[in-house]
Amino acid sequence: MSDAGQDTQHWFDGEAGPVVRPYAMTRGRTSSTVRHRLDLIAVVVPEPAAEDPGRDQTLSPEHVEIVERCRDTPQSIAELAAGLDLPVGVVRVLVGDLVEDELVHVTRPVPPAELPDVNILREVINGLRAL
Amino acid sequence: MAFGRSSHRPRPVSPVTLKLLVAGGFGVGKTTLVGAVSEIRPLRTEETLSEAGRPVDDVDGVEGKTTTTVAMDFGRITLREDLVLYLFGTPGQDRFWFLWDELAQGALGAVVLADTRRLADSFAAVDYFERRGIPFTVAVNCFEGADRFPAGTVRAALDLDPEVPLMMCDARDRESVKEVLVAVVEHALNRATLRREPAVN
Repeated sequence: MSDAGQDTQHWFDGEAGPVVRPYAMTRGRTSSTVRHRLDLIAVVVPEPAAEDPGRDQTLSPEHVEIVERCRDTPQSIAELAAGLDLPVGVVRVLVGDLVEDELVHVTRPVPPAELPDVNILREVINGLRAL
Repeated sequence: MAFGRSSHRPRPVSPVTLKLLVAGGFGVGKTTLVGAVSEIRPLRTEETLSEAGRPVDDVDGVEGKTTTTVAMDFGRITLREDLVLYLFGTPGQDRFWFLWDELAQGALGAVVLADTRRLADSFAAVDYFERRGIPFTVAVNCFEGADRFPAGTVRAALDLDPEVPLMMCDARDRESVKEVLVAVVEHALNRATLRREPAVN
């Protein structure tokens, strides 16, 4: 606060985006302790322990909102980022915290090496045709 | 990976998720294509440069600036309760290509959307997927007012391998886009089957 007052010339403008930096929500962390980098289509599924995330005082409102958004329909990292209007990197860190606390688990999308699962590809083709 | 705890409330279904990429030059209709088949209005998500930590931009003196973002539009198609397909429009600008690597990881396949008036805009995407061995289909978005070229001419201009499907499409039309997506996955299926055969002794 005191620093900001000293300089009357703003270094930022409208183009710079929101003044509250997104990574303030992660307390400056840009990566999470979760072993695998969470894919954009990794799906966040709440654990039964997350019935009332609001009771856990260590969670930020953003953590709680993530759990709540996933309660009825688990959502992908990309959907959460769009829904919460937060950068993907921030959502990754927040979800990583929840995984650490065992409040959610994350499905890992089919890794590339296992991709040629012929049956899944057939199901996708049939599903698309039936749309 | 499940923790195996019992619960009173029914556990939500965790679906298998898959992704397809939609690449092509700026303004070629990527988001339109995604919107034509997505069950949700295409959503926008942002990735920050500093998060990716690549030395793309000179950030000397503005180290605290974390707002240089690049947007990706995406849509969702629920094929079954437990099978969900996501479509990601890749960022059009060349300088954000490092993001593709992450997007491309684990992708089922890709659509390269092309405009015959600016065919050169799709060279980079074709090249990228060829090198990565990601199955892709070229879909020529038939803009009104653009000259129609025979598929063979476009194929030659893009120097496509013979097995790469090329088709004409209307990115606004749901049925047309469905055909394109089916072609991509069929191509991926053919490749997977071919790759599997030599392994069977």
